[in-house]
Amino acid sequence: MTTSSHLVYLIALPLISAALLLLLGRKTDKWGHILATLVSASAFGIGVSEFFAMQGRSGDARAATQKIFSWISVGTFKVDASLLLDQLSICFVLLITGVGTLIHIYSIAYMSHDHDRRRFFAYLNLFIAAMLLLVLGDSYLNLYVGWEGVGLASYLLIGFWNQKPAYATAAKKAFVANRVGDVGLSLAIMIVFAQFGTVTFAGVKAGAPHASTAALTAIGAMLLLAAAGKSAQFPLQSWLGDAMAGPTPVSALIHAATMVTAGVYLITRSNFIFDGSSTARLLVVIVGGITLIFGALIGTAKDDIKKALAASTMSQIGYMILASGLGPVGYAIAIMHLLTHGFFKAGMFLGAGSVMHGMDDEVNMRRYGGIGKLMPITFATFGLGYLAIIGVPPFAGFYSKDKIIELAFNAGGTKGIILGGATLLGAAITAFYMTRLVVMTFTGAKRWDEKAHPHESPILMWLPMAILAIGSVATGFLFNSGNSLVNWLAPVLNSRNEVGGEELMKPIVVSTLALLAVVIGVGIAIGMYRKEVPVVAPEKVSVFTRIARRDLMQDAFNEAVLMRPGQKLTEGLVKTDYFAIDGLVRLVAGIFASTSTTLRKIQNGYVRSYALIMVGGALALIATIWVVTL
Amino acid sequence: MFSAPVLNYSLLAPILIVLGGALLGVLVEAFLGKTIRATAQLGISLGSLVLAFVQIIRIHSERSLSAAVNSVAIDGASIFFQGTVLVLAFIGILFIADQDNFAAQASAIPGSEEERSAIQTGKQQTEIFPLTLFAVSGMMLFPMATDLITLFVALEVLSLPLYLMAGLSRRRRLLSQEAALKYFLLGAFSSAFFLFGSAFLYGYSGSLSLTGIANAISAGNGNDIFLLIGIAFLSVGLLFKVGAVPFHSWTPDVYQGAPTPITGFMAACTKVAAFGATLRIFYVGLSAAQWEWKPIITTISILTMAVGAIAAIAQRDVKRALAFSSIAHAGFLLTGVIALNKAGLQASLFYVVAYGFTTLGAFGIVTLVRDSAGEVTDLNRWVGLGKKSPLIAGTFVLFLISFAGIPLTSGFIGKFSLFNAAYESGNILVVVVGVLSSAVAAFFYLRIVVMLFFTEPTSDSVTVVIPSVMTRIAITVCAVVTIVLGVYPSLLLNTAQTFANFLA
Repeated sequence: MTTSSHLVYLIALPLISAALLLLLGRKTDKWGHILATLVSASAFGIGVSEFFAMQGRSGDARAATQKIFSWISVGTFKVDASLLLDQLSICFVLLITGVGTLIHIYSIAYMSHDHDRRRFFAYLNLFIAAMLLLVLGDSYLNLYVGWEGVGLASYLLIGFWNQKPAYATAAKKAFVANRVGDVGLSLAIMIVFAQFGTVTFAGVKAGAPHASTAALTAIGAMLLLAAAGKSAQFPLQSWLGDAMAGPTPVSALIHAATMVTAGVYLITRSNFIFDGSSTARLLVVIVGGITLIFGALIGTAKDDIKKALAASTMSQIGYMILASGLGPVGYAIAIMHLLTHGFFKAGMFLGAGSVMHGMDDEVNMRRYGGIGKLMPITFATFGLGYLAIIGVPPFAGFYSKDKIIELAFNAGGTKGIILGGATLLGAAITAFYMTRLVVMTFTGAKRWDEKAHPHESPILMWLPMAILAIGSVATGFLFNSGNSLVNWLAPVLNSRNEVGGEELMKPIVVSTLALLAVVIGVGIAIGMYRKEVPVVAPEKVSVFTRIARRDLMQDAFNEAVLMRPGQKLTEGLVKTDYFAIDGLVRLVAGIFASTSTTLRKIQNGYVRSYALIMVGGALALIATIWVVTL
Repeated sequence: MFSAPVLNYSLLAPILIVLGGALLGVLVEAFLGKTIRATAQLGISLGSLVLAFVQIIRIHSERSLSAAVNSVAIDGASIFFQGTVLVLAFIGILFIADQDNFAAQASAIPGSEEERSAIQTGKQQTEIFPLTLFAVSGMMLFPMATDLITLFVALEVLSLPLYLMAGLSRRRRLLSQEAALKYFLLGAFSSAFFLFGSAFLYGYSGSLSLTGIANAISAGNGNDIFLLIGIAFLSVGLLFKVGAVPFHSWTPDVYQGAPTPITGFMAACTKVAAFGATLRIFYVGLSAAQWEWKPIITTISILTMAVGAIAAIAQRDVKRALAFSSIAHAGFLLTGVIALNKAGLQASLFYVVAYGFTTLGAFGIVTLVRDSAGEVTDLNRWVGLGKKSPLIAGTFVLFLISFAGIPLTSGFIGKFSLFNAAYESGNILVVVVGVLSSAVAAFFYLRIVVMLFFTEPTSDSVTVVIPSVMTRIAITVCAVVTIVLGVYPSLLLNTAQTFANFLA
């Protein structure tokens, strides 16, 4: 373990910048966005130099720590505000600051017409700082601070255009769903402290092998709840689609590449917990499996390009969660998919933003069509991301997703077949809805208004897209060659090279099946959407489509299962409060009031009465004393 | 043969200075012209109080029982009580300095030609200042007296000026004079009880000193009936002064009728002095007989807390309401007597200071709320005051929440430490009733807050006069002390601990 003295700058720089932009206000309008972008870029610079410094060290010395200050010291409970940069967190640092910087650059152009651009950049910086704290904290409590910080930034950015009530509601929805998850995290931290007496990762890791399985299962379940909230996993998934109310760069950075993957980070970081409880791992796998199908199905019915991408994000994170529930190597594979996804999904969101930018903020894909010719760079970069996400070799998604499918099949027995089948089905649906999206947007006949003039976006916007596209192409190969990423992460995640498990079929067979699923999905989509696409979504559709359009009834479910009974309960409590509790209070108050009035009458103002009362009192005194001493 | 008594003037300096100031005030009243009289009186009063306080600081670590022929004790408690009386009296004088509250010529019959001409010519008598100083000297002697005769003399010295001062109100003079007469009659009545009790105690023990009585109780060969009657009657006299139920009847009437600055002075300083004496008598003189008196004092404490809190609810006059509040506080303070331990004494010392400042401040604010005919004490007309004078109403609320014992005010710390001491001494019942009465009283205090801030003002409204500099200083000091003792109580708690001892 090496001690470092400049990790803190990673967090401090964007935090100070955010504070400056928010506190100085309009004075910084002219240069605020440039400062924010430079700060993000320098954080990336620090990240890169740290990365190379880590390469230069070997073994245990690779990880670096920095104690900033002693935070809490109460009795035996001691928490330092300390940072830990190890092989796992550096991946995130590079992703957050790298993609973050690209999105800062993109936003300069994208938000140029918004007169609150400075505030937007302040929030972006705040997010970068909080997210870095989340991945750099050396204990669950430090992580929790970052966790809440990104929640706040996400809330502020979803509701950035809060003059539209629907957007403000979306922000609130995200906030509430996240709170449920946050309760899980705080409970997990409490159990961790009760069980291990410490909340540092190192301390818990050392204690985990001696802890009871029940405790580990409880902690794991609570951590999973937290992850479900932050990463929009079943059953807390409903907020992500609405979160698309935020400006598109936000959707790219926070709701695709980084923050929503915090749940995956939490689970992989807590590998020592999940290693000790097969029940917790099973729960993780179930949640991941359900969400990956769930998200994919929603994706097939969405006409809003951002919501389709959001559904896809949900589904892809489902893949990651699933992978992280599948044992040691799964953690590393999950991280690999997380990183590749960070590139291609961010790239595609920026592409969507670029299309919207050219189409007067139109998001309905039924009003797109044939844009590819007019926006060739956007089409090209988006296309590369598309090939990556559906898993065409040698693009990034192929490597990571293929590994997950293989891992799922190898889970063993019926479980393996179910999981493998689910991932395979998910891959096919992914191919379907992504192809649908690309076909409806970039090819075919134009369906937009005469007023719209689609045009290619400025260089500040397409350059980040191009860089991310390169990432979508190359990262998979890079991470996979010689198992570089798995090996790199091995000291933290305890992961081995081989996929392991009982091999149901040869890897080559799995890859072939996966590719076959992709081809089927693509084929069906092209077959369905190559012909005329109606501008207005058809009303006469099957019940399944209708359900899918309504996000698989997730809101209806929440309303029926949580909201209505909650309201009934509240009403009941109000009635109890009014009749039982207030009634009692009113009764008591009435008794006191009438006593008071009586007392007031005794106070009649006559000295003779007062004197009589005194004499009576004196006699009573003597009588009492006499009785007492008898 | 009489031998001249040996007096230790050095240790008696504080009280002698105040008496000297009072005598000087009488001369000033007689010989100085009316133009500078008020200023001179104010200067003499404040000056002698300050000088006396300096002397208190000088002798603060002295301990002696023989300063005045064994009749007074110089110990921690007596020095603390004397200092407290001096400080509170200083604040009280600042309120009294606003001469507009007092009758121009008290001897004139209300509504007579004489009175009218006195007001028209601006003739203003200032006997209130020496009277206050005389009362203060009695209040200083009362908590330090160690024999029954000195106690009685002190009681009368502090009471007689107060009877007069209660009748000096400029407006509503009949009410004021009625209050003075009631106070005098009932006070005389209670003094008789006190004297009668003293006689019985002398009969029991053959001694007038508290230590002598304590020794006789320990020896236990006197006539118990004498002891019991003695304790009961002596208690009546003391409980009358502190305003405990059922000897409280005078309190609302007198508090209402007396000029408001005097009410504040009485409520704060008299209570300090009376509790000082009560604590000494029960801790030093009668502690050996605690099984006899504890039940009755407990009962009285419970009754006082309950009646004070409950009766306050129905009051429509702010001064009467504050009077019942002060009755309830007397009940709280009695729990310190019952505790009969060092913690109880310490808590009582803290409590009288906290309560004294808050009370003075609250009555000080009452002097500011007026209409064309003078002070308005009808609570219904205070409605919406918070909208018109947020600062004044806000300060009043501060005092009220301190009375209610809400944290971050001195009232909370005071109640907490008192109840804590009573709890430790095993008097759980008193604590339970105390907390419950606090809750009932809180309703009454918060109701005023609602009236001030959350009710729309009516047309029949009042104005708040711009306070004079001295009133402003006094109210500010009271508010600051109320907050500081609530936020940083160890400041005074530590001092109280140092001084929480009786020399016997």
